[in-house]
Amino acid sequence: MNITSAQYIQSEMDNNPTAVKAVIEGSTVFVPLDPANRHYSEIMRQVEAGTLTIQEAE
Amino acid sequence: MSKARQLADLGNVYDDGALSNRNRIINGAMVIDQRNGGSSVAFTSAAYKLDRWVGAVGTATGTTIQRSTTSATGFSNSALITIGTGASPVAGAVNRIYQVIEGYNISDFAWGTASASAITLSFWVRSSVTGTFSGALYGASTIQSYPFTYTISAANTFEQKTIIISGPTTGTWNSTNGAGVYVNFDLGSGSTFKTSAGSWTTGTYIGVTGSTNLCETTGATFYLTGVQLECSDTATPFEHRSYGDELARCQRYYFSSDEADSLLLSFGDVTSGDSTYFTILHPTTMRTGPTITLSNESHSGFDGITVFRNYATRWAGYDVATSTGRGYFQFEYVADAEL
Repeated sequence: MNITSAQYIQSEMDNNPTAVKAVIEGSTVFVPLDPANRHYSEIMRQVEAGTLTIQEAE
Repeated sequence: MSKARQLADLGNVYDDGALSNRNRIINGAMVIDQRNGGSSVAFTSAAYKLDRWVGAVGTATGTTIQRSTTSATGFSNSALITIGTGASPVAGAVNRIYQVIEGYNISDFAWGTASASAITLSFWVRSSVTGTFSGALYGASTIQSYPFTYTISAANTFEQKTIIISGPTTGTWNSTNGAGVYVNFDLGSGSTFKTSAGSWTTGTYIGVTGSTNLCETTGATFYLTGVQLECSDTATPFEHRSYGDELARCQRYYFSSDEADSLLLSFGDVTSGDSTYFTILHPTTMRTGPTITLSNESHSGFDGITVFRNYATRWAGYDVATSTGRGYFQFEYVADAEL
């Protein structure tokens, strides 16, 4: 799975990140922080492998 | 088949506990195609195509897949795979079409125990190539596979195949919302993923050593429909479900809003810097929190939608006004909770 960027999403209603905005296979997607979600699982696999970094929320 | 035989088989299925909801395969008749609506699309890198069906034939460039209206008697559709430029697979090649059955939907199989139930896989297949084809089931939580073979005897003719598989008495099998079992139809995987047929064996396999590699034949066609996997040691007639029922089952894993006009979500007077929040319910509870992809997004007086909460039942987003006065935003979206 080709993931070229990832950044946490945090709304003004939340004090903590609730999702990840990522570019996967060229498309911008919003991924829940849910290990059962295959995209989040792959993001975390790549983070652990050191090939991807999730940027902090703006 | 005689009526007496049919009644005997039905009685056997009753003994096994299911007269309805027998088929654990979703979209086995290949009717639902939310992503492509029947269009022919590339089938060369692993991705979901017809609903719930995933795979690729990366070895043969130019290979395509589509929902076809050519099908077996009693069916309206099939999945048609057309090989592009034929080539031999390297050892590690994975060429297949498959479906991952959710753990909840095999939890009654009692796999991994002494009471493991047998299952029966039946399907209709047609190919321009004859020979011994293969496939395999394997688990997600445990590394066990059951490779099987079937023979396509006549070219370009639909034939029904039945595979009876004993239940594995060892291993751990997912029984919740994760991947339960992978049901693979091999289209020419490499030797790494092939072994002997007919028993549960340690390892992840997709097919059987020596079976036909469809990917080697330029222009070869492969149709698949009427796929049924049931908790029984007897094949029963395909369980036709209503279109709405089948679509709802698919939407547990994937939903496309897919309307001609984008969903107008907000129209009115706004103040620059203020956020407009919204929540959208999924048409059915999804397997898990889905990935949301927005499309056809347009807006006036807003800076663009951010999705910040994705749950199995709903998702929420917001858009921040960039000017004061009349404003709006609209979009389409896809929710993806596939395995």
